[in-house]
Amino acid sequence: MRRLLPYPFVSAALFLLWLLLNESVAPGTALVGAVLALLGGWSFALLEPGTARVRRLGTALRLLGLVLADVVRSNIDVARIILGPHRVHRSGFIEIPLTLRNPQGLAALACILTATPGSAWVEYDSGEGMLLLHVLDLADEAAWVRTVKDRYEAPLMEIFP
Amino acid sequence: MSEALLTWSLLIAQVMLGLAMACATWRVLRGPRAQDRVVGLDALYLNGMLLLLAFGIQSGTVIYFEAALVIAILGFVGTAALAKFLMRGEVIE
Amino acid sequence: MTGAVDLPIWAAVPVALLLLVGAALTLIGSIGLLRLRSFYERVHAPTLGSSLGVGCVLLASMLFFSVLQTRLVVHEVLIGLFVVATTPVTLMLLARAALYRDRQEGSDQVPRRQER
Repeated sequence: MRRLLPYPFVSAALFLLWLLLNESVAPGTALVGAVLALLGGWSFALLEPGTARVRRLGTALRLLGLVLADVVRSNIDVARIILGPHRVHRSGFIEIPLTLRNPQGLAALACILTATPGSAWVEYDSGEGMLLLHVLDLADEAAWVRTVKDRYEAPLMEIFP
Repeated sequence: MSEALLTWSLLIAQVMLGLAMACATWRVLRGPRAQDRVVGLDALYLNGMLLLLAFGIQSGTVIYFEAALVIAILGFVGTAALAKFLMRGEVIE
Repeated sequence: MTGAVDLPIWAAVPVALLLLVGAALTLIGSIGLLRLRSFYERVHAPTLGSSLGVGCVLLASMLFFSVLQTRLVVHEVLIGLFVVATTPVTLMLLARAALYRDRQEGSDQVPRRQER
């Protein structure tokens, strides 16, 4: 089973992608999709990406909801900054020491921070675990550090141990 | 009723997306630095993709969806390659 | 206009609203490209379009075609997933490239590299 499906999630995702692209569940489509999923899983294994273990699906779902809400909220905030008068906001870099070390967790954190408007991941120093973040509305630096650490990093450390 | 509503909202949305593309093009042309142009290009292809989706709704066909998908994929590859090119020092080292 | 004729009003209103909101957010993001002053500020601007802008327009498209063809049309999810997965990558690469270039030139606008 492990030889046939080294990465079951990747294969399942490829299969679903194929069905979605064709918009049908006809036997022929499903067969081609299955072949594609198998080949995709094997070639993904050749890249040796390492395995990610996701724990606590509940926490992950809660984090997803939180991020969606934050995306809506920060969209409104950034829209207000863009349309507002010049020079009322102050943008800048902040450095945040991270305790999260899991590479998949870091990737997830980077995606969350960059996808929400108003904060952009600039650089991460893996030696010291120091993250350089650019923030559009840097009114309260401590609040941003708290947001990143409590709101996103803590659940991510639970999900990716 | 619903036809008029959709026609007008589609028209307004298309005008807005067109203006957005114009803004992004302006950033591509003006710069001032190369990275500014690439950010403009990134926004440009994204806006173009959304415009295509709006055209798809207008015409009621799914052909535009495929074009939008291709733009999304090629746009990502292009921007990633350009960003990597801007870091040329580290590529050579 | 083809097809929109037989769209019931309960579907036409959300489609129109989603389209307008998505397009407006994308436009605001692109205006941000013009109005914001430094490169690092302008990096934030396209995320407006790529997060909620894309989401709203894709939802409108999904709703429209699902009602029009009286079956679930969800392949727009693919574009959504793709944009969500790729935008952070491109913006991160760009921000890092810009930081690298600014440091090469010895600009004092960006933080120095931490000494190890």
